[in-house]
Amino acid sequence: MHAVPASIALSRGQFAVSTSFHIIWPVLTIGLSILLVVLEGLWLKTGNADYYRHARFWAKLFLLNFGIGVATGLPLEFEFGTNWAPFSQAAGDFFGNMLGFEGAMAFMLEAGFLGIMLFGWRRVAPAIHFFATCMVALGGSLSAFWIMVANSWMQAPAGGHFVDGHFLVTSYAAAIFNSNTPWGVSHMWVAALETSLFVIGGLSAWYILRNRYSAFFLKSLKLVLVLAFIVTPLQIYLGDGSGRWVFEHQPAKGAALEGHWETNPEGQAAAWSVIAWPDKAAQRNDWSVEVPGALSLLATRSPSGQVIGLKKFAPEDQPPLLPLLYYAFRVMVMIGFWFFLLMLWSAWYWWRGKLDADTVGHHRKLLWAWVVSIPLGYVAVECGWTVREVGRQPWVIYNVMRTGAGASALPPASVATTTVLFVVIYALLMVAFLYFAARIIRRGPDLDMPAPARRGGSLLDTRTVREAGDHPAKEAL
Amino acid sequence: MAGGVHAFLAEIWFGLLSLILMLYVVLDGFDLGVGMITLGSRNEHELGIMMATLGSIWDGNETWLVLFGGALFGAFPLVYGTVLHGLYVPIMAMIFGLMFRAVAFEFRENARRKRLWDLAFGFGSLLAALAQGLALGAIISGMAIENGRFTGGILSWFGPFTLLVAIGVVSGYSLLGASYLIVKTVGPLQAMSRRIALWTGWLTVAVGMGVSLWTPLRFPYIRAKWLGPDLFWLMILPIVAGIAFLMFLRSLRRYDEVAPFVWSIVIFAASLIGLAASLFPYMVPPNVTLYEAAAPSYTLVFMLTGIGLLLPIMLVYNGYQYLVFRGKITEAGYG
Ligand code: HDD
Ligand code: HEM
Ligand code: HEM
Repeated sequence: MHAVPASIALSRGQFAVSTSFHIIWPVLTIGLSILLVVLEGLWLKTGNADYYRHARFWAKLFLLNFGIGVATGLPLEFEFGTNWAPFSQAAGDFFGNMLGFEGAMAFMLEAGFLGIMLFGWRRVAPAIHFFATCMVALGGSLSAFWIMVANSWMQAPAGGHFVDGHFLVTSYAAAIFNSNTPWGVSHMWVAALETSLFVIGGLSAWYILRNRYSAFFLKSLKLVLVLAFIVTPLQIYLGDGSGRWVFEHQPAKGAALEGHWETNPEGQAAAWSVIAWPDKAAQRNDWSVEVPGALSLLATRSPSGQVIGLKKFAPEDQPPLLPLLYYAFRVMVMIGFWFFLLMLWSAWYWWRGKLDADTVGHHRKLLWAWVVSIPLGYVAVECGWTVREVGRQPWVIYNVMRTGAGASALPPASVATTTVLFVVIYALLMVAFLYFAARIIRRGPDLDMPAPARRGGSLLDTRTVREAGDHPAKEAL
Repeated sequence: MAGGVHAFLAEIWFGLLSLILMLYVVLDGFDLGVGMITLGSRNEHELGIMMATLGSIWDGNETWLVLFGGALFGAFPLVYGTVLHGLYVPIMAMIFGLMFRAVAFEFRENARRKRLWDLAFGFGSLLAALAQGLALGAIISGMAIENGRFTGGILSWFGPFTLLVAIGVVSGYSLLGASYLIVKTVGPLQAMSRRIALWTGWLTVAVGMGVSLWTPLRFPYIRAKWLGPDLFWLMILPIVAGIAFLMFLRSLRRYDEVAPFVWSIVIFAASLIGLAASLFPYMVPPNVTLYEAAAPSYTLVFMLTGIGLLLPIMLVYNGYQYLVFRGKITEAGYG
């Protein structure tokens, strides 16, 4: 093993801390904004004011979450220039373009309509308000799209070539829609949706358990369940697809995920280790429980398909932290299946007519299962990103640029100082967020809040309201 | 001919980036300015009103910075990589300042004891403004860049000139913030904003003149520019800024509500255009020109069709948001 220069190791640590923290917030921004569109749409369609109150209630959580997302996204964008200057110069033509598109299409859209969505209920006509809510949701999803395009290109660089260490784009279409884009974008986007569903569902179950507003929150629980019916199996399918992409295009990562050391000979199926302890120093698993032949099926869809083993790669070309990769992957997969089972369990109860407002509170096991699932989506997301980013090492641009070559030569003391500051601030932010979110949740929704008129909203109406002294303050509270 | 087209594209992007930066500086400038002004007040009600004037717009204002970063990254990757690397300390300071500000904004509304978040908001704004000023001063001063790598030290940006520019930016943002508050508030708060606008107006102009005299004396590349054939055109800008300042003073005396804000924006715009014109064609003096730093033509065209075409649309819906929330703020709270 060679010693990694301190400034590079520190920059990697800093990037890992700041991305891992940032990703916590966009997940809910993306998913919840879509749920808000659904709730507002239901209100406009049915006229049932409860949907309106649902939208207003969840929007409070949305706003709190959103602010931290913006605050923690900012460092990331600038870290590319400060800590990864050589990488930025080498990849900027494409990579910077994608970040620019994200800013122009996605963030601007979100920011431009957010004020109206949150405080504009009585200032603009309902149709315009609904439009604003849709634009906020579109902005969130577009941002996921562009950032995932940038990241998937680092996994599978395409659409140009490197001249003197500088990437020249020859086809933007090929670079944007590289082989990883469909899997990366869809799996991440569905992860955001799925995590949000189980957060909303879990909180709804908590209210029902506490016997507070049970009928009201049964509505959101059922809405979540309908969506989970589609989303949970879809995510397993997309995860499986991502995995097969990895085995095909990044065999070292795939082998690391499965603790697979020896390439299986032609015509002989590879065994799948269910649980093991991979040991990089010894170049083998310290111990392992295996299912014969299963890995070939999982990775290649054919009973004796060849799966390249880690030993095909020199140790310096193998990913680091093998046990972390191995277990992060397993935790994510288990959570994916758990969500699916929880959905089936709840759907079964619903089908048997057990989910009605009077008796739903009796099914305490089911409701508790929802409550404990609140953080699981986040855990899966962090595990998934660990798999993707640590598994890509030692490359920052796969097979093209090593991570060490991408880092700025900064004094280690400076990077260490800012990293410590980030860690301290992030810890404080997390505590403050949980504290204020708990307060919003304990206070609960306002079931007496009158809904504005669904129709009309001519200019005259809005003007009268404005003259009555209405402004952001009152509407938000 | 390809060289000509490429140079032209690079110049277009230099212009677009200047425009985006100008939008950012004016919009987040008044936003940060209001933040710094809150440091002068301990009255919760007043503070609430000041923050409510930003409630629906601060996020959009800050997003121009994100867009600026992304567009600079794509169009001039060389500048993005070297300048941010060289300005590590000010950039990180700016980020920490903006972070404090953003979260203080959300948390304050939910908190019972608001003092802590008031301070985080005020000092976050001050730190961000100061850091932006330091970064600007350092760029005008020139940076040590050789063969596309930053070769200076972690503190090479620091110096008396940089400090003076930073003071100018802090006071200029406060000027914008105070004139914005004149538009949005009434009564004692408005009267206080008028006083602050007057003082920061004088301070900004004094520092601005100091910087304008010091720059040509100190930096030969700017001296050459100012005393060269462009002198006539460049002279227009200080004249416009001077007239705008007089109109600004007049509008304050006449108790106009919107005019001071408009004139302080004109002062800013004239100074920024002057700055861009003085730097041109350098992006990072003394040796990186925009032509060397630009991405290849294909990239610039692709970005232009994406971001360039979206720019007018972004302006429309951001403007619409201001329109919806126009009018005075008389009560605290924003959500
Ligand atoms: C709710 C979250 C969630 C859930 C339930 C799952 N995943 Fe996942 N996974 C992610 C959230 C996620 C993620 C955080 O969104 C990642 C990281 C980057 C990405 O594109 O998706 C990811 C990445 C990721 C990768 C790495 C792709 C790469 O390195 O390019 C693989 C192989 C899988 N997933 C496979 C699965 C399988 C087989 C699952 C279930 C049965 C599964 N994931 C459930
Ligand atoms: C938000 C979710 C993300 C998480 C949790 C995450 C996590 C990580 C981690 C843990 C590392 C360190 C790997 C190592 O050094 O061993 C890393 C590195 C890196 N990631 Fe990500 N990442 C995320 C998203 C992204 C995206 C969207 C991009 C690009 C657009 C990106 C670009 C990079 C770069 C440039 C590095 C530094 C070089 C390297 O260490 O590979 N990351 N990330
Ligand atoms: C490492 C790469 C990343 C960078 C450079 C980055 C950059 C940013 C920036 C600058 C912001 C603030 C935008 C504003 O001012 O409105 C932000 C927010 C956001 N980011 Fe990231 N981000 C990264 C990773 C991700 C990932 C992986 C996702 C999701 C798939 C994501 C989705 C979002 C969303 C939806 C927002 C908007 C609202 C919110 O913050 O909650 N980002 N990001």
